[in-house]
Amino acid sequence: MANSWRRERWDSFRLLTPNWQSRLPGLGYEGPDPDGYMTMGEVTEFIERFAVLSGAPVRTSTNVTSVRRTDGGYDVTTDHGEIGCRAVVIASGACNQPVVPKFSEAVPSSVRQLTPFGYREPGRLPDGGVLVVGASATGVQLAAELRRSGRPVILSVGEHVRLPRTYRGRDVLWWMDASGVWDQRYDEVDDLTRARRLPSPQLVGTPERATLDLNALTAMGVELVGRWAAVRDGRALFSGGLRNVFSLADLKMRRLLDGFDAWARTSGREAEVGPPESFEPTRVPESARLQLDLNSGEIRTIVWATGFRPDYGWLDVPVVDEKGRLRHDGGVVDSPGLYALGLPMLRRRRSTFINGIEDDARDVIGHLAQDLAVRS
Amino acid sequence: MTTVANGVNVQALLDAREVLKTAPEAAQFVWRASSKWQNGVHSTTTVKEFFGLGQEQTHKNEAVFDADHPDVFAAEDNGITPIEYLLVGLASCLTAGVASVAQNRGIQLRSVEATLEGKHDIRGILGADADVRNGFTDIKVTFNIDADASKQDIEALVAQSQKRSAVFDAITNPTDVTVEVA
Repeated sequence: MANSWRRERWDSFRLLTPNWQSRLPGLGYEGPDPDGYMTMGEVTEFIERFAVLSGAPVRTSTNVTSVRRTDGGYDVTTDHGEIGCRAVVIASGACNQPVVPKFSEAVPSSVRQLTPFGYREPGRLPDGGVLVVGASATGVQLAAELRRSGRPVILSVGEHVRLPRTYRGRDVLWWMDASGVWDQRYDEVDDLTRARRLPSPQLVGTPERATLDLNALTAMGVELVGRWAAVRDGRALFSGGLRNVFSLADLKMRRLLDGFDAWARTSGREAEVGPPESFEPTRVPESARLQLDLNSGEIRTIVWATGFRPDYGWLDVPVVDEKGRLRHDGGVVDSPGLYALGLPMLRRRRSTFINGIEDDARDVIGHLAQDLAVRS
Repeated sequence: MTTVANGVNVQALLDAREVLKTAPEAAQFVWRASSKWQNGVHSTTTVKEFFGLGQEQTHKNEAVFDADHPDVFAAEDNGITPIEYLLVGLASCLTAGVASVAQNRGIQLRSVEATLEGKHDIRGILGADADVRNGFTDIKVTFNIDADASKQDIEALVAQSQKRSAVFDAITNPTDVTVEVA
């Protein structure tokens, strides 16, 4: 139970969402710090409490090795025997495997390579410089933590989502929730493929509620370079397009915040928030390096924070597209009786957050129950 | 949306995007150019045919480009220098992008002008200093855009145009290049 929270997170990990937003059907946060962010251990306890409360018949320590279609439903093979069922809900998540670019194979063996699954804390890395690749939530958090440990850190930055931790005195995720951005539906957005591929925002949950954007990292002494494009002759080659990924992120953040401002005005919520704030554009380094000699010893470790993908190796039903994504319409998979929950923007922008499961589950299970009723 | 006329057939591009999602082989294009040495550092390069959508294609007209070096390089200046062609490519690609994105976003353009500056330390190509690279040190593009849009929306047009630019990508990211003798 809560396996990925227990085993696939680094030691300092905290949720991005404030405690008051951590809610599951019938279970809300009741602790002393509603504005804080749960640690890994607290998330695990929260899920364990929900397990007791819901009384769902969970079979723990049971791996599913295959799901096959049968005449009336599905045959689920586990390492503890088979289960025949009429319907299956896939809730195995979108982050089962770290994604690492192919050119990582050309990195010299003297440099240690890690993914977030293998990373625990700075002390376990070799001494010396670290190249963190990717500037989403994971990348910025690990870059900051490694820099604080005293190591030289270079962060390779591609397209990213910049957000302040708080805006006008409120957690930015309060705005997402209250203004209705999180309720935008999958069948209402312009480009669903893009919305589902959106990288996680540059946020960290800390007691100080500090913003961890690229300017904060620059101030800590993290060196920014462009997107890592290739390895040639033992050298990492970085894109010269850094300014534009900064511009794109700055503009998108402002558009989002302008939307929050408009919502506050029109919904009469101005009194609940502070005055509008503006943020300094992302500072462009004097001269960003375009290459780095991986054999020079400057970098001893590479941390690939380049995203995750789901693993459907166990799913013997032809419902996975050529990019390895499940084909589904709002969680209704392209095979009768097969459903999904907990994927990016499954039905709403909040789908992958703990507080996003309730509405999605109600919709998806509604479809499932109706389907079973029709078939019986 | 329909009242905006920037002269870009965005619908055709959006349709093509949908079709090519399921037919990636048709999306494979090959652009071609062939050049001929004239004299000194003067050469002419012609462009006419290309491959795309599964078959050979041809431009309406053959285009011929002279490249040379200026007087200060002790050459005849029969055409612009090869590295200046990179600026031509970047300027025209980003401008095309601005027009397309503006059309797609319903923004009427009145004028789009860009000035480009590529800084170049020629000690590299002369072999005068092994630490100086041959290519541009850096490139600066400055757009002047008059359009029915806020400054923020115009900045977003220019940002999106870079995001989808073939030449911006080709210049800012490494490309595997093979040069051989036939």
